[in-house]
Amino acid sequence: MEIKTAMAGTLESGDIFIQIAPNDNAGLHIDLDSTVAYQFGDQIKKVITETLQGLGIDQAEVKATDKGALDCTIRARVTAAAVRATGKDVWAD
Amino acid sequence: MQRLRRTMMFVPGNNPGMMADAHIYGPDSIMLDLEDSVSMAEKDAARLLVHNALKTIDYGNTEMVVRINPLNTPYGKKDVEAVVKAGVHVIRMPKTETAEEVKELEEEIVKVETELGCVGRTQIMAAIESTLGALNAYAIATASKRMMGIALGAEDYCANLKAQRTSGDSPYFGMELQMARQCIVTAARAAGIDALDTVFSNLNDMDTFRREVEMIKAMGFDGKSIINPRQIEVVNEIFAPKEKEIEKAKTIIAAIKEAEKRGSGVIAVNGKMVDRPVVIRAQRTIDLAIASGILTKEDLA
Amino acid sequence: MNSIKDRAALIAEAAKQMNKAVYNDAHMKKNITPRHELQRTNGKLVTLEEAIKKSGLKDGMTISFHHHFRSGDKVINMVVAKLAEMGFKNLTLASSSLIDVHEPLIEHIKNGVITQLHTSGLRGALATEVSHGLMEKPVIFRSHGSRGYAIMSGELHIDVAFLGASSSDSLGNAAGYSTSPNAKSICGSLGYALPDAKYADKTIILTDDLVDYPNQHSAISEADVDYVVVVDSVGDSSKISSGAIRDTKNPRDILLAKQAAKVVMNSGYFEDGFSMQTGSGGAALAVTKYLRQGMIDKGIKASYALGGITSHMVKLHQEGLIDRIIDVQSFDKVAAESLMNDPKHKSVSANEYAALMEPGAATHFLDVVILSALEVDVNFNVNVLVGSDGIIRGAIGGHPDTAMDSALSVIVCPLLRGRIPCVVDEVTTLITPGSNVDVVVTEYGIAVNPNRPEVKERLEAAGLKIVDIHDLAAKARKIIGDPAPLPFGDKVVGVVLNRDGSVQDVIKNIVG
Repeated sequence: MEIKTAMAGTLESGDIFIQIAPNDNAGLHIDLDSTVAYQFGDQIKKVITETLQGLGIDQAEVKATDKGALDCTIRARVTAAAVRATGKDVWAD
Repeated sequence: MQRLRRTMMFVPGNNPGMMADAHIYGPDSIMLDLEDSVSMAEKDAARLLVHNALKTIDYGNTEMVVRINPLNTPYGKKDVEAVVKAGVHVIRMPKTETAEEVKELEEEIVKVETELGCVGRTQIMAAIESTLGALNAYAIATASKRMMGIALGAEDYCANLKAQRTSGDSPYFGMELQMARQCIVTAARAAGIDALDTVFSNLNDMDTFRREVEMIKAMGFDGKSIINPRQIEVVNEIFAPKEKEIEKAKTIIAAIKEAEKRGSGVIAVNGKMVDRPVVIRAQRTIDLAIASGILTKEDLA
Repeated sequence: MNSIKDRAALIAEAAKQMNKAVYNDAHMKKNITPRHELQRTNGKLVTLEEAIKKSGLKDGMTISFHHHFRSGDKVINMVVAKLAEMGFKNLTLASSSLIDVHEPLIEHIKNGVITQLHTSGLRGALATEVSHGLMEKPVIFRSHGSRGYAIMSGELHIDVAFLGASSSDSLGNAAGYSTSPNAKSICGSLGYALPDAKYADKTIILTDDLVDYPNQHSAISEADVDYVVVVDSVGDSSKISSGAIRDTKNPRDILLAKQAAKVVMNSGYFEDGFSMQTGSGGAALAVTKYLRQGMIDKGIKASYALGGITSHMVKLHQEGLIDRIIDVQSFDKVAAESLMNDPKHKSVSANEYAALMEPGAATHFLDVVILSALEVDVNFNVNVLVGSDGIIRGAIGGHPDTAMDSALSVIVCPLLRGRIPCVVDEVTTLITPGSNVDVVVTEYGIAVNPNRPEVKERLEAAGLKIVDIHDLAAKARKIIGDPAPLPFGDKVVGVVLNRDGSVQDVIKNIVG
């Protein structure tokens, strides 16, 4: 899917800041910086990947700066970034 | 037990940290806000956040309300879809002026509910924030069966009224809102729904806050919109029924049980017949007493 | 005749029998220097370098410090830099605690100046480096009470103590405050430094306010002091203590504090004459504020407040709600000034505060203590030292001392800090054993140790909802998911000693 650079979220505690950019290489490349990297790094990457794939995005460069966000927040922020990157809203117009 | 709405706590819809644990403070309702607390650029992100929070976070018995953007903005309809799909209990419509607006919202809700196969699930409350809204309060309150309450939004109302908000030390304290409050509480009672008062935003002036809550309780309101957990205790304390009220209510409830046992529709205390409004009030007193921790269900057994 | 000349033979005989010399007046020469001047020229008053040289400090010895200047402290970095400059190696550094500001120690450790640490806590970059295996020898962690006792008993022998003071006279009468117009800093109690002053082989006072002899009501006596060094500044006064500790505005802390106050008031120990302590942390400190109303309502007064003292405690004391204050560490300026001015507000040394073996330790007579935690587990064990990410980021403080000695210990701890769970199946590091922890207050409910059924009964009778601590742990997991195991290595970077001196736990290095 065609994407442009977009971002969503904040750097506040309990939130995650997501930046999505086009990627020349195949697949999703996730660069994660998290305050809970040891305990939840893999889980966060999993949620980001699943959310993007669910929206049909298989190729992108993702930079995630996490401040202890829950999975539901990660899903929301990734979706928001994806919607902004693709211009396709999940809520019908 | 009828739901109590002593406190409806506002939580900004784009703040995941606050949304995650707002219920631990024990507000009766939480209102996640997609309207004034969210900037235009973040409307889409906040909508997604609120949707996911409602679907995922266990808010226990707390009533979950979402304040959507007005339907005549580019955001309102998407807000409805997002929150109905997430199973919100109540949609709060801001700046409501007419019954038609409520009906329009209801149509939007029905569309989404039909798709989901859950027609009738979502309730509506309307915030009245203008003089026209205040004068139409009864029409608004009765515009839909889904209406569970009406609330006052004082800032916009005052701007519209061309009046200034009075402060706690003014001899006219609260005067500018008196008409609107009475319209709202009267309309709500006439419609058989709840009436909620506006927010009090100076967290450092707890004395005036307390006075305002005492005043709106005396006026007949069911509760108050609040902006901070620190306000909950004060509201609950003021709304807690006094011992005498509870004793009286217990007598009436006992009489109801007695009447049920006899299979009689006539409820009597000390030989006098008890009217239905008295029965309803007694039940509410008991509900409040239980919610305030003064009574336990065992006390009534 | 019986003049002194006539008694000369008898004097000589007595001296011989007592193996002493005969007094010779010719050796005596009166010092006629004006005394004000003499104070400033006495042999104790030297430079830092002279003091170090004269102290006899050698490579491999143990030096000690206190942390009463908190993040304003300049003493540790100043002294260790000087020791490095003088070429010392292989020293053991025993401080009552180490914090962010002591980051320069990393270099001194890398350069072999410092090769071992003894402390109650470790924070900041130094702690992170230690957790990643900076040191060959593990850091030895003790509680404040155990440190005091270890120094007293000789288990932790201090060769030279370097103790910062807010005022001292030239003979070494030193205090954590100053009544002189030149006062530069105020930290209040010097409680953690008192065992060092008394039991170190050599004690050096560093002060930035040399006052006229005698520095009255001083905490450290000249009798225990060998050298006095005047320095430009012992610490950044704004970071040592400023005003009153701020009331927490965090609604969750307020919720926890209110619940904890309810626990205390209904625990059975809230009686006239009770004694109390609150640990550090917003919620624990705020409990005092909510207990105050209960004390007024019920007409209850406390006999003494103990521990880290804050303006909250001082307020209650001044209102007559707390009779006496025993202060091992003054948490804010209000507390420090109260210690200076109020005869019923006294400082106490670490061992008389909280040592297990000290029969008169104030903790033994403590009714209620309210403490914070980084983690509590389902067996009520508490960790206040190592973060849930395996990185050292806290301090033992008086936690195990007060939890064990008090009649009732209450832990206030959020269930979650962001995505970090604070009620867990097993604490990352065992600091206070669960057998000493009675009640855990979280925002999702209160848990009572099964050892204390009578407390549970009282709290339930008061209408408080008591939950099983396993349910709290499960609730945390449900909200945040299951954390992955931490990447620990095989190297022991820290050893945690129990109050009785036994080894209670070890901290492994974290990899990556």
